Amino acid sequence: MKNSVRLNSAAAMLVRILFAAVAAFPIVFMLVSSLKPDTQIFGDMSSVAAFLPVGNISFDNYAAVFDRVPAARFLVNSIGISAVTVVLGIFINSLCAFALSRMEVRGKRVVFTVILATLIVPFQTLALPLVWWVNQLPYFELNGFSLEISKGWLDTYQVQIIPFIANAFSIYLYHQYFESIPKELDEAARIDGAGWFKIYRQVVMPLAGPATATVAILTFLPAWNSYLWPLMVVQSEELRPVMIGIQYFFQLNVSWGEVMAYASLITVPVVVLFIAFQRSFINSIASSGVKG
Amino acid sequence: MNKRFTRILATSITAAALIGSLGACGKGSASATTEGSNEITMWTHNAGNPEELAAIQGVVDSYNSSTGAKAKIKVQAFPQDSYNDSVVSAAAAGKLPCIVDIDGPNVPNWAWAKYLTPLKLSTDLSAQLPSTVATWEGETYAVGYYDVALAMLARASDLEAAGIRVATVEQPWTKDEFQDALTKLKALGKWDYPLDMGTAGSGEWLPYAYSPFLQSFGADLINRDGFQTADGVLNGDKAVAWAEWFRGLADQGFMATKSGKDSTQDFLNNKSGLLYTGSWAADKARAALGDDLVVMPTVDLGNGPKIGGASWQWGVTEGCANTDAAMDYLSYSLQPENLAAVAKATGTIPATDAAAALVPAFAEGGANRIFMDFSRNYAVMRPETPAYPFIATEYGKAVQDVLAGADPQSALDKAVKAIDANIKSNGGYKN
Repeated sequence: MKNSVRLNSAAAMLVRILFAAVAAFPIVFMLVSSLKPDTQIFGDMSSVAAFLPVGNISFDNYAAVFDRVPAARFLVNSIGISAVTVVLGIFINSLCAFALSRMEVRGKRVVFTVILATLIVPFQTLALPLVWWVNQLPYFELNGFSLEISKGWLDTYQVQIIPFIANAFSIYLYHQYFESIPKELDEAARIDGAGWFKIYRQVVMPLAGPATATVAILTFLPAWNSYLWPLMVVQSEELRPVMIGIQYFFQLNVSWGEVMAYASLITVPVVVLFIAFQRSFINSIASSGVKG
Repeated sequence: MNKRFTRILATSITAAALIGSLGACGKGSASATTEGSNEITMWTHNAGNPEELAAIQGVVDSYNSSTGAKAKIKVQAFPQDSYNDSVVSAAAAGKLPCIVDIDGPNVPNWAWAKYLTPLKLSTDLSAQLPSTVATWEGETYAVGYYDVALAMLARASDLEAAGIRVATVEQPWTKDEFQDALTKLKALGKWDYPLDMGTAGSGEWLPYAYSPFLQSFGADLINRDGFQTADGVLNGDKAVAWAEWFRGLADQGFMATKSGKDSTQDFLNNKSGLLYTGSWAADKARAALGDDLVVMPTVDLGNGPKIGGASWQWGVTEGCANTDAAMDYLSYSLQPENLAAVAKATGTIPATDAAAALVPAFAEGGANRIFMDFSRNYAVMRPETPAYPFIATEYGKAVQDVLAGADPQSALDKAVKAIDANIKSNGGYKN
């Protein structure tokens, strides 16, 4: 009996190790290949050496990456764009959800339904009209002490951020979470003299930690992985995010070692975030059923 | 520890958010450029290709510092794979720059879409390789500094061991000789598949690489008389014969239906004996194999060897506010020393003989001169019609279907039906 239990747990462990290995192999291959010259990457491909740092190992590919692409600039851009989108996304979407959940306003169910309906429209169908639209928007610039107004948001940071702050799915997540927080807490705060914003800030939001973590992760991942939109709206190299950088390597003769080195560089921030917020990340996927 | 780390990370993100917010006030240098002033912007596809970009920048710097410069040219580089998408988006927003880089076969489509204006250059273009000048409806819309050429690469030692003669421009391999060569190479037993045709390729590679075989069989992508239908041309007997031959290479075990991701690297690692690729791979192969490398023309399948003509070229946009300066720059840039500098940096075929004379590898007797001969003798322009991007997509699908085992006639009929419907729905792509 005891032996059979041990055997079962050993088998379960083996299955887990196998699954973990399958998941880890691409990342290990990427990291290991980033240290090898191209000829060796392809030479090792048909053996286990493809996953081992053996042979001619060096950081040459990483040095070459920085020669070919302004990688540091792209990383800073993506960190900035993703962080601003997450912070503003949490604030705006939670406020919207709070209003829809707590305030008694006529037609709020219709508004909520319309917001949810936008979920079924794929971004690709909106992309071109959105390009035209953002190109019509006014742009304010401080020039010394005078405020100048020009037209068009193309080739700016805000065009990569603002269209992605309001998010129907984030509003939905917050709304559902707020609905589970007893309204009696609002009433008690109200008796103590709190206004709507104070209730939002000091009562509801502190209790909505799990929803905030989920929204933060589900906003960060697409912002970090953003490719199509910046491709369409950003022309200047100094404003490009990291994902565009990967295209720099696909020339007529592709240097695969450099591709792997760059891919490793842009994966590191996501891996660090994953390690830091591992529990919230798993909870977010489990609770939302969405993998970013 | 974990909590502390999380707190530090959260603080860092907030700080980054604040910094980002400040940065959000910034605007790109491309937008800051006012085309109405004496500066015009030029878009190019070679971000990530430092050699080519430096060569282009060199031409621009030379023009900008010349006494006759009519404007200051500003270079804006984009990655090649996503370049077309960036241009189409900019066109939709009315934000195209004055000068753009264009892949040759797309020129008629961009001219038809009113992205481009006909070129009025002070330079005589008759000295250019024909495949480096793009025309549509009698007007020249783009001109290139270089071309590339398709070829067969092999090791002389392998050919000798198998008793196969080296194909030459004067005497390329016939269909039967090619079959015989592949049989002999396979018999050497050195490779799983002796031939690598880059069948893992996608996008423009499919029509660029494989439609020349179709044309060598006597078929084509479209009836070039008016460019209104592909019926009878892309699905006729000769086209079906091409598809059966192509699929037969895989069926006989000569090539993989899906090759490795990097065919050149596989060839250099001795995973194939015969590589079908472009001139861009020659320098890398020569550096690795030295004198053992042989560069041969592609196969004559009945109507002579064929290769795709036209590479990246330059055009001036319809909305350019300073067309005069844009044309002046392009005329200036076509000087032999400029073409030679770009060809040297990219290993491509210089567009004129005068420029080739300045590049040792392409001068008479140079190691890469043979590619110039291929280009002059075998280049067939991809159909000069605005429908080309659609034709290319449908033909690419047909190639992949045939490789996957689809009935050749059905696969080609399907492509023809889609192409004809597209041409009809666009009113025949009339100007």
